[in-house]
Amino acid sequence: MGRYVIRRLLQMIPVFIGTTLLIFVMVYAIGDPVNAMFGDRAPDPATAAQLREEFDLDKPLWLQYVLYMGKIFTGDFGTAFNGQPVIELMANAFPITVRLAVIAIIFEILIGITLGVLTGLRRGRPIDTSVLVLTLVVISVPTFVTGTLGQYLIGVKWGWIAPAVSPAATVDELLFPGLVLALVSLAYVTRLTRTSIAENGRADYVRTAVAKGLPRRRVTVRHLLRNSLIPVVTFLGTDLGNLMAGALVTERIFNIQGVGFQLFQGIVRQNSPTVVGFVTILVIVFIVANLVVDLLYAVLDPRIRYA
Amino acid sequence: MRGATRVTWSVGAVGALALVAAGCGGGGGTGGGGGSGSGVVRAFWTDPQNPIEPANTNEVQGGKVLDMTFRGLKKYNPKTAEAENAVAESVDSDDQQNFTVKLKKGWKFSDGSAVTAHSFVDAWNYGALVTNKQVNSYFFEYIEGYEDVHPESGAPKAKTMSGLEVKDNRTFTVKLNQKFSLWPETLGYAAYSPLPKSFFSDHDGWLEKPVGNGPYKVDSYTRGQSMQLSKNDEYAGNDKPKNDGVELRVYTDQNTGYTDLQAGNLDVVDELPAGQLKNAKKDLDGRYINQPAGIFQTVSFPEYDDAWKGKDKLKVRQGLSMAIDREKVSSQIYHGTREPATDYTSPVLKKDGGYSTSLCGEICTFQPKKAKKLIAEGGGLPGGTVTITSNVDTGSHRQWMEAVCNSINSALDKDNACRVNPVPTFSEFRKDISAKKMDGLFRTGWQMDYPLIQNFLQPLFYTDASSNDSGYSNEKVDKLMDEGNKASGEKEAISKFQDAEKEILKDLPAIPLWYQNGNAGYSDRVSDVRLNPFSVPVFTEIKVK
Amino acid sequence: MTSEPPAVGAGGAMDAMNVMNAASSEARAADGASPGPEGPGPAREVRSLWQDAWHDLRRNPIFVIAALLILFLVLISLWPSLIATRNPLSCQLGRSLEPATAGHWFGFDTQGCDVYTKVVYGARASVTVGVCATAGVALVGSLLGGLAGFFGGVWDALISRVTDIFFGIPIMLGGLVFLSVTGNRSIWTVVSFIVLLGWPQIARIARGAVITAKQNDYVLAARALGASNTRMLVRHILPNAVAPVIVTATIALGTYIALEATLSFLGVGLQPPTVSWGVDISDASQGMQFRNAPHILVYPAAALSLTVLAFIMLGDAVRDALDPKLR
Repeated sequence: MGRYVIRRLLQMIPVFIGTTLLIFVMVYAIGDPVNAMFGDRAPDPATAAQLREEFDLDKPLWLQYVLYMGKIFTGDFGTAFNGQPVIELMANAFPITVRLAVIAIIFEILIGITLGVLTGLRRGRPIDTSVLVLTLVVISVPTFVTGTLGQYLIGVKWGWIAPAVSPAATVDELLFPGLVLALVSLAYVTRLTRTSIAENGRADYVRTAVAKGLPRRRVTVRHLLRNSLIPVVTFLGTDLGNLMAGALVTERIFNIQGVGFQLFQGIVRQNSPTVVGFVTILVIVFIVANLVVDLLYAVLDPRIRYA
Repeated sequence: MRGATRVTWSVGAVGALALVAAGCGGGGGTGGGGGSGSGVVRAFWTDPQNPIEPANTNEVQGGKVLDMTFRGLKKYNPKTAEAENAVAESVDSDDQQNFTVKLKKGWKFSDGSAVTAHSFVDAWNYGALVTNKQVNSYFFEYIEGYEDVHPESGAPKAKTMSGLEVKDNRTFTVKLNQKFSLWPETLGYAAYSPLPKSFFSDHDGWLEKPVGNGPYKVDSYTRGQSMQLSKNDEYAGNDKPKNDGVELRVYTDQNTGYTDLQAGNLDVVDELPAGQLKNAKKDLDGRYINQPAGIFQTVSFPEYDDAWKGKDKLKVRQGLSMAIDREKVSSQIYHGTREPATDYTSPVLKKDGGYSTSLCGEICTFQPKKAKKLIAEGGGLPGGTVTITSNVDTGSHRQWMEAVCNSINSALDKDNACRVNPVPTFSEFRKDISAKKMDGLFRTGWQMDYPLIQNFLQPLFYTDASSNDSGYSNEKVDKLMDEGNKASGEKEAISKFQDAEKEILKDLPAIPLWYQNGNAGYSDRVSDVRLNPFSVPVFTEIKVK
Repeated sequence: MTSEPPAVGAGGAMDAMNVMNAASSEARAADGASPGPEGPGPAREVRSLWQDAWHDLRRNPIFVIAALLILFLVLISLWPSLIATRNPLSCQLGRSLEPATAGHWFGFDTQGCDVYTKVVYGARASVTVGVCATAGVALVGSLLGGLAGFFGGVWDALISRVTDIFFGIPIMLGGLVFLSVTGNRSIWTVVSFIVLLGWPQIARIARGAVITAKQNDYVLAARALGASNTRMLVRHILPNAVAPVIVTATIALGTYIALEATLSFLGVGLQPPTVSWGVDISDASQGMQFRNAPHILVYPAAALSLTVLAFIMLGDAVRDALDPKLR
């Protein structure tokens, strides 16, 4: 196990370099951020040259990348073009997005698993069919439609919630956006749990337990549920990283000043230090989540052993 | 069952993690509700592009803050757009080239230090010096010695401009490198603001919390989130705030700002999203403003492209202009927040200032039949189709582009005569324009820096001017503008510029589309909300109920 | 048990489903492949996995409905004029946002275009993006994943790391960056972008499937008997590895169609004159335009959802048919 972890950690290094390089090239390929700073005016060449020098834009791309990475390892994520250190932006944005993603995960656990267990135990009954249809509908409607419609109906028309989230982004404000963000994954969790329960319901150990005369409730909770949740737990683990990056749309609709919001702003304004910095962190989160899930999977399922 | 216990454990761990993370959020929740104390106006804002320095801010959002925190020599009257003395007592000249500036007594920055002649001269020298990388440095290009501090390339030869000289604490002289009769009228622009000593001694600290001499002072500024401003007790101007302060809140989406206004979480939103305009009056129960502003939209031709050159193609350009149904786009897409254009300026200049309702004449009038005929006479569209290009990340540019294209298509009876080419980001759009790589029509908007006809024409149509994106060049036009700048009286200057404008319209390097109004909505918590000619809310006048 | 971990990845839902399938197939191996209680009837003739699946599918109403719907969509994508007589690009601004009238059943949009005509013509963009992107992703992904799984060693290490690199870029974010670089975005730009960032998902699954298939007794036996690489690949490994790829791909197809719409919402999707549901929906959502005329949101959104639904249902049905455990 230890050797496996070390090998995986070593493998992370080239992946990390590759991904950040890819993003770096993409972001810088968008164009020259200096143009945008001058608004409708053609950039004055002298000032533009000074700005390019300040942000290392006058150097070849590979050197820019090396310089940038060098700085990152000393904890310096550079300065956004509006003069704010990127690390400061991160300190504001990441807690908000983590909060949003965690709320979404909690919804997935509470609603998704409950529905999944319910339908898995009652396969083929009306409740199973209706939930199944519902999950399909949820999956097929894009998040931005649910988000905007929800914002209009619940936020504006009926006035139950504030339609936008304040800069503080408190937990109660994030409840509805969190639900919107969770919806699609929630539908997947429901389906995953349902299938898993149904499958394990026919497994030998369950039949044995039932044959032993254990109460139905005890069989369901102690034996069936615990084993059926293995794939669900691993799914949720990976989903945390997905949700953080995928919050782009939700954060835009509800004006949540998190990672997606800053990234979107950064891309629109070609604030390359912001974009590359945020993506670098996201990539680390993603890669680590991957590793943790693989390990978790081995821990949960004794049939898998890592050499 | 070993595996099973572990599942419980890990589910528990996830739950615990969730609680911890959720707990983190609880502590920070003071900003939202607390800031909106009794007399504070909560206003819509988007994150300024550049750091908020007077000579480094060239868009409305940063301009909003500068308008509240700074006063220059002059100030534009929020109603009439006329330049009135603010910090200046007088700006005099005998020859339109050498100016003497005298300051009023008693002006102070919000940190208590006095506003002196040095505050202006140092600020202007800072703004012009190339190594300070200020995007508005070209505003100082008429001052003698600008080339030394801001050479086209290489290191500057001097740190200060020779044309600026401090006579005493409240007097300084300015020597321009050419005659420019309307120069004093430009001094209300934010780039000419004075700066306190702390700007130079502790620049980083100043940027965190800008200090100015305007009616408001900055209390706190969290970049990308919000800015809290309160009354500046040191303010010496006569437009003292009628509220306790302003909280600017950052949004990325106008629509979210508007929904927040409807829900009562925000007091002032300027520039409502186009889709909401139809309902705005009803939604807001009349708390909706729609008034002229110094913003003008055109579509330009790439004059540098051979396909658009020559007499024949002039007919095509005129035909395209006549094929656009400006009235219908204004009413159906913009619900009256745009006025069909009749010249290259803006109604905020008023007739006296050079605005005309007839200069463009029939070229700007929708005549589909004549349009089709003219284009046919001119040999048809180059390559059979024309594209309209614009960025679509802000405003509602896609909507009008599509509407204009549909209008052209139906006038020409051809499905694909006109094609929309939306560019996702503004900088991408500007990149192609700066590189002079356009091959069809492209959007060219202009938001005035100061309310003068000169500002609407010279930067856009003078040969090689900074915003002359179409690459237009006409000696006659250049000469008329030069004469206008040298003219001794304002009337003469304006008529020279109007003559230049007539010449430009004959060549039609850009099709005038419409004048953009400023529009805004406000909550029932506030009253006396108005916009100035720059479409920025006049915050000092707003009263909180 | 394999020493190499199965293809467990952070691939979102589809991967997790595959995780689940992998787990169940191992469970199957462990309990000696005993048929479940509802196992196949006794007197059935021996059929291949594919014949079995087809037999099941034909009797599955969900599959039949989905397939008919998809057939209809493909037809109108190819020949929209079959059911729409107007020109989607000729619009009258004067009729902007007017509600439905006779002859214009779905009303008019902001530009005064006939919504019904635009909905019909919009099918082409969505179906093309969905089908072509999926085909590309499946091709590239299974090729690379299959190579990695089959040859192992250095190949595996190399391809797997490249897979990880592309996998590390969240798709929405990559879309925003990648597509804002490209000036003129046609259907093919969007398709190639999805292929560029989508293939790792399939590659991981294909790799895992090939590794599993390689371990099967009959493959080991074939190898021991001296079968060539090509023969083993074609005869034994491919037929077994292709099922999970198909299942994942059909489900992904629906999500790609929805992705195109979301990209339009973010301003980097398809652009006129391509008529697309995504563009129409995002136009209607932007600035809550739908408040004035709900029909401009409802019809394209319903068409989009129905299409996504049809493909997901198809994917579901195919998975059920191909997974003997669920039969």
